[in-house]
Amino acid sequence: MTATAEPATGSQALDEVKIGGLGSSRPRVEDARFIRGRGNYVEDVTLPGMLHMEILRSPLAHARIKSIDTSAAWAIPGVKLVLTGEMAAQRNLAWMPTLSYDTQAVLATDKVRFQGQEVACVVAEDPYIAKDACDAIVVEYEALPPIVNPEQAVAPGAPLIRDDKAGQADNVAYQWEVGDKDGTDAAFAQADVVSKLRLHYPRSHPSPIENCGAVADFNNATGKLTVYLTSQAPHIVRAAVALIAELPEHLIRIISPDVGGGFGNKVPVYPGYVCAILCSILTAKPVKWIEDNTGNLSSTGFGRDMYLDSEMALTNDGKILAVRYHATTDQGAFYADAQPTKFKIGLVHSSFACYDVPVGHITAQGMYTNKAPGGVAYRCSFRVTEAMFFQERMMQAAADDLGMDQAEFRRRNLVRDDQFPYRTPFGFLTDSGQYLKCLQVGLDAIGYDDFLVEQAEARKQGRLLGIGISTMTEPLGAGNSREYDILGIKMFDSAELRVHPTGKAVLKIGAQTQGQGHETTFAQIVTHELGIPATDIVVEHGDTDHTPFGMGTYASRSTPVAGAATAMVARKIRAKARKLAAHLLEVSEEDVEWELGRFFVRGAESRGVTIQECAMAAYSNMPDGMEPGLENNAYYDPPNLTWPFACYIATVEVDPETGVWDVLRFVGVDDCGVRINPMIVEGQIMGGLTEAYAISNMQFQTYDVDGNLVGANYMDYLLPTAWETPGFELHEVVTPSPHHPIGAKGVGECAAVGGPAAYVNAVMDALRPTGVRNIDMPLLPDRVWHAAHTGQDVSGAPPFRTE
Amino acid sequence: MTATEPVDTTSDTGAPTRRITVTVNGERRVAEVEPRLLLAHLLRQGLALTGTHVGCDTTNCGACTVLYDGAPVKSCTMLAVQADGHEVTTVEGLGTPSELDPVQEGFVAEHGLQCGFCTPGMMLAARALLNRNPDPSEDEIRWGLSGNLCRCTGYQNIVKAVRWAAEKEAQ
Amino acid sequence: MYPSRFRYEAPRTLDEALALLAEHGDEAKILAGGQSLVPMMKLRFAAPGVLVDINGVQGLAYHQEVPGGGLRVGALCRHVDLEHSAILPGAQPTMAAAAPLVADPIVRTRGTLVGSLCHADPQGDWASVMLALDGAVVAASPRGLRTIPVGEFVVGTFQNALEQDEIAVEAVVPAAQGTRSGSYLKLERRVGDFATAGVAVALESDGGRVVRAGIALTGVGPATIAAVDAQQALLGSSLEPDVVERAAELAAAVARPRTDHRGTADYKRHVVATFVRRILTAERAPAGAAA
Repeated sequence: MTATAEPATGSQALDEVKIGGLGSSRPRVEDARFIRGRGNYVEDVTLPGMLHMEILRSPLAHARIKSIDTSAAWAIPGVKLVLTGEMAAQRNLAWMPTLSYDTQAVLATDKVRFQGQEVACVVAEDPYIAKDACDAIVVEYEALPPIVNPEQAVAPGAPLIRDDKAGQADNVAYQWEVGDKDGTDAAFAQADVVSKLRLHYPRSHPSPIENCGAVADFNNATGKLTVYLTSQAPHIVRAAVALIAELPEHLIRIISPDVGGGFGNKVPVYPGYVCAILCSILTAKPVKWIEDNTGNLSSTGFGRDMYLDSEMALTNDGKILAVRYHATTDQGAFYADAQPTKFKIGLVHSSFACYDVPVGHITAQGMYTNKAPGGVAYRCSFRVTEAMFFQERMMQAAADDLGMDQAEFRRRNLVRDDQFPYRTPFGFLTDSGQYLKCLQVGLDAIGYDDFLVEQAEARKQGRLLGIGISTMTEPLGAGNSREYDILGIKMFDSAELRVHPTGKAVLKIGAQTQGQGHETTFAQIVTHELGIPATDIVVEHGDTDHTPFGMGTYASRSTPVAGAATAMVARKIRAKARKLAAHLLEVSEEDVEWELGRFFVRGAESRGVTIQECAMAAYSNMPDGMEPGLENNAYYDPPNLTWPFACYIATVEVDPETGVWDVLRFVGVDDCGVRINPMIVEGQIMGGLTEAYAISNMQFQTYDVDGNLVGANYMDYLLPTAWETPGFELHEVVTPSPHHPIGAKGVGECAAVGGPAAYVNAVMDALRPTGVRNIDMPLLPDRVWHAAHTGQDVSGAPPFRTE
Repeated sequence: MTATEPVDTTSDTGAPTRRITVTVNGERRVAEVEPRLLLAHLLRQGLALTGTHVGCDTTNCGACTVLYDGAPVKSCTMLAVQADGHEVTTVEGLGTPSELDPVQEGFVAEHGLQCGFCTPGMMLAARALLNRNPDPSEDEIRWGLSGNLCRCTGYQNIVKAVRWAAEKEAQ
Repeated sequence: MYPSRFRYEAPRTLDEALALLAEHGDEAKILAGGQSLVPMMKLRFAAPGVLVDINGVQGLAYHQEVPGGGLRVGALCRHVDLEHSAILPGAQPTMAAAAPLVADPIVRTRGTLVGSLCHADPQGDWASVMLALDGAVVAASPRGLRTIPVGEFVVGTFQNALEQDEIAVEAVVPAAQGTRSGSYLKLERRVGDFATAGVAVALESDGGRVVRAGIALTGVGPATIAAVDAQQALLGSSLEPDVVERAAELAAAVARPRTDHRGTADYKRHVVATFVRRILTAERAPAGAAA
């Protein structure tokens, strides 16, 4: 290593943005392989001797299995194994635990409880043959009455769905409540106006374009199980597999290679994974299972499907006195939410966190139905999406009930900058924000006052224009170990940093990218802390044998938790480098100052050593008594969640003749604290706003009276294309998180959480003259048309009406 | 290249197969395939070109888009035998070993990809669009790419990426 | 995702193809664009025993004007050929309007108009367009060629009038009796979705008066529907507002939609009326100006 040339005087700190530190929109490291078709997704994994598995699914929503005849399947050339629930039961694997302390069938033994449930699987030489064999399995069912909504679930005489569970006498999965009931009741007694709203947030599926899959490779010589898995949380899966399959954890290696989108869908452990593992153990061959899109949409973790029944107590001058609501979740056949143990309906009680609401009370109840299990955090920090949608729809309804401008109503109730840290009515402590500023930036950008004039003019010509606002904060970065755990494991995260002799570094993290660009941004955090250029740092993740334990990537927790761990481990490295610098500069440590990329002698700035020189010294010239090497790790237990804020404003035009509505403009103002890579942050926001648009406009799953799923493939489960998706105008406000080491907050899901209400509020605003109060999402053209023409609300709750 | 007379063969499990010759990314490749094998599966498994991804089973997502005799097709909705005697370009055939296609460069420059799963199909659809229309407007790009689904980006940066490529190619 | 096994044949001539059909009877299925058939085979909703791939048959990829008027579209003419056709704009406005709305841009590369007619999906766009244009399908068999009007060709949901040994080789649009105008409107929730409702209108006018009118409806019944009464109402008119309104009502009355996840029956009927009204109102000025 040669010393850098020394300028005469002054700071020699590196230009952080130029070397790819915080604030640099450096191009993504991941792109180099993806644009060449050289990503490595689970489906790309091929192992010698590998067999292929396909799953037979139930065509019925609720039925007793009378018999399963697999003889014709076994007879097909190329078939190696036909596995039924009865066979799995011999290994104690017919059932498995869910992430919400329930159980879920791996392969049905007694009954099928939803359409698409796993009944049997076949392993064969190629997937075509496996599919042929699935078709050859004969299952005799005795149909039972299906339940497709919570109302049916509690109706007298409703069939008991979970007759497998001892002590389960009804279809209630859980009950939960939070807040101050008496205080809330007292506040309602003082109200000038009580605003009420009921609605249904439809069932939706995260639907990454890559479906789920696994390549399980059990080596019967070593006893080691290696599983390539589409997982957002490989370390949790390792722990879960150890518990479910009763395999020793040190002989389980989970590898999440490139993941083709997750959005919460790839957090749980699915029956297909367990089957692939069991089949590999039974055949002693690698077994690949790649789910088809129909299987993904009909059996893996959905999101939402929640009912709201709400009231808000208001004063005539527009102050919120209290809120209360009852939320009912439709859990499907198994209670399989991926969420922190302590909270039965996720963090739904984060609603109204951005408003100064003195008191509130929430009750919640979850129901078993004959629908696919899930309730995953679909681009969401555990039911926060429903919480914020409810909140913002209630806010608009309340403003209407008061006859008050919707922006002004928000302005009167948003938490002020001087109120932080702010204790919410349901016990959270929000960290920081400039809510009113964000709102104003948004209103200015959309030209709020001008739009109201334009809207009034248009109405005179029979044109329906509308503007919708959604303002919200949400809890991201679960979470501190006092309150947050999954299956008892606390929700910390980790990072390990190794700086090589030449000053190049490897960062290993427990988080798992699915497109968020961790390989790019986590290097930037190290760059910010150490001044090592980002191009000299490689980020590794996704292999449980080679990365430290982490809880994975979902709920926008990577930057708040694993990002913080990364900053902390870099600081440990810097602390050791400082000792090395003192040694090299022959001064005491107290006399060494740091500037980006370099230590220097206080008072003699030109005398310094670079971080790279310190790294070399760690291996070649360390002081007596110092342990060689320059590496460390950090486990970060966050003191609090981070609370980003967003203001989304949509303007729309509704075609009164067809009910079709188009987005005219969309403005997003996001305050997610310090932005590590602004380009990537904006990419996350635009992706979220698109999912929000999808959910408000077209994307949903529903069931008919017989329990048939509508939305089991992309012909019926509509994702918007480039053509329908609106353009987005993005703005930023920066309020650093006071407790995060680099001031960053989560951002990946804000837009998907806050976005839907902006679109819906805009359409409802356009329809205001009709007196319609609510149309359930998605705001399909026919729903909008019916509402506009009848003046009646439109419910989207299942069962879906067909002829 | 023209197709030769069909050569009928048999697979390990006794299924009838056919020997086909396909020019993939400029290279002549020979494979024995069952008629029911989808082109996407031939590319991915038979020819180990895993850049072509399969997302849906209903010909909607476009992740498997490749160029077939220069035109964009969903390779999950063609049979491998139909490629006998034809030319197929996959993402691995975009650009050269030393130089990226401007579409690839544009996707990097404008952050037109996140998880990367739809990206190969999206880039090939974009390549075909630019071949037909070298100077597309935003609307023409959005319309031209409407057979390909992306869940991550929200499309805005994909549109910019295609414009980036168009502008580079105009220079 | 994985089709069942079938025998694959790729005839090089029409005669070979016909011989294969004769040999295999109802076991055989013709593969042209395959953009409906292959997806159905992947989902195993269809499992033909023999697939006769006609893509190698020469001379079927054309679309061309017929001297004296009219249009011929060969069995291997792709949607994309029609979308970017130099012939259709002006000469065939209804077809020109429909071509870019069929499926999605990638599917349009492979899919064919004739295949779409054969598929006889009530939500297919081309069947409505060809029905409105009074088009026909030419079927080849060992007995020679026969021409089947589209109104008789589409006999039900996924059912066409072809005999087992017949191949649809061409679709034809007859010559117009006057100036051609018209359009196609489709309500789809996103590109590539099946139609919630669609309306094809094909008008022929002389001296500012409608001398022939075709109106056909997509996705609002068990098969493509010709709105005969609405057509009649337009004859002799100059698309006066009351005539347009009457036609819109009559077209909606003949629709037989089902309530499903794309919309209620009432709504779909209303969309039919709206689209008829919109097309005719937009056509009014040019139709009148042509006088």
